Amino acid sequence: MTIKVLGFGIVREIFGDQAIMAELPENARIADLRIYLEDGYPKLARLASYMIACDDNYAQPTDLINDRQEIAVIPPVSGG
Amino acid sequence: MVDIRITPKPLDIKECIEWIMASECGGVDVFIGRVRSETLGSKVVQLEFEAYVQMALKELKVITNYVIETWKVENILVHHRIGILTVGEIPVIIAVSAAHRDAAFDACRYIIDTLKKTVPIWKKEIYEEGQVWVSAHP
Repeated sequence: MTIKVLGFGIVREIFGDQAIMAELPENARIADLRIYLEDGYPKLARLASYMIACDDNYAQPTDLINDRQEIAVIPPVSGG
Repeated sequence: MVDIRITPKPLDIKECIEWIMASECGGVDVFIGRVRSETLGSKVVQLEFEAYVQMALKELKVITNYVIETWKVENILVHHRIGILTVGEIPVIIAVSAAHRDAAFDACRYIIDTLKKTVPIWKKEIYEEGQVWVSAHP
């Protein structure tokens, strides 16, 4: 399946765009997406940390992904 | 009542204070964040704030819901600005009213501390000699 992945802050700059398309097998989990992303964008692995959000909620590595969700990469936050 | 906002417009201290003072609570605590002129010895020229707005609003709602369950507070205001800010400008205003001061102080502190940990808003510091996304790297 093809999913759209949004990037914010430094991840937007690493992607070079607000969003990229990722090609994942059916039944892929968050952990699989992280591996896919770090393969394509090695700078992600050098961040202090990053989370994946699905439909506005922080996701766990074992959560399943589907192509109807809004997926976003959340680098360390620094608001306030 | 809860008033949560993420906006590119300058934050209005007077409007926030008037809103939080409208109820006749015994205690009001207000936190105003400002852009510092220096970070670790480097001179800051401007800051750029970016938000994943829909999720940031949702996470702020999670925070204010927890506050309402945990402390006896009346009203809560959280305004966060995005876009480019210069030194002395205001990225965040938090205001809490409660019957007693302990709840107002504790809730206000909890909101700003948790906002900085969980709400998807990012700050890029722009110096004379470069720029850096705050907290991005170890």
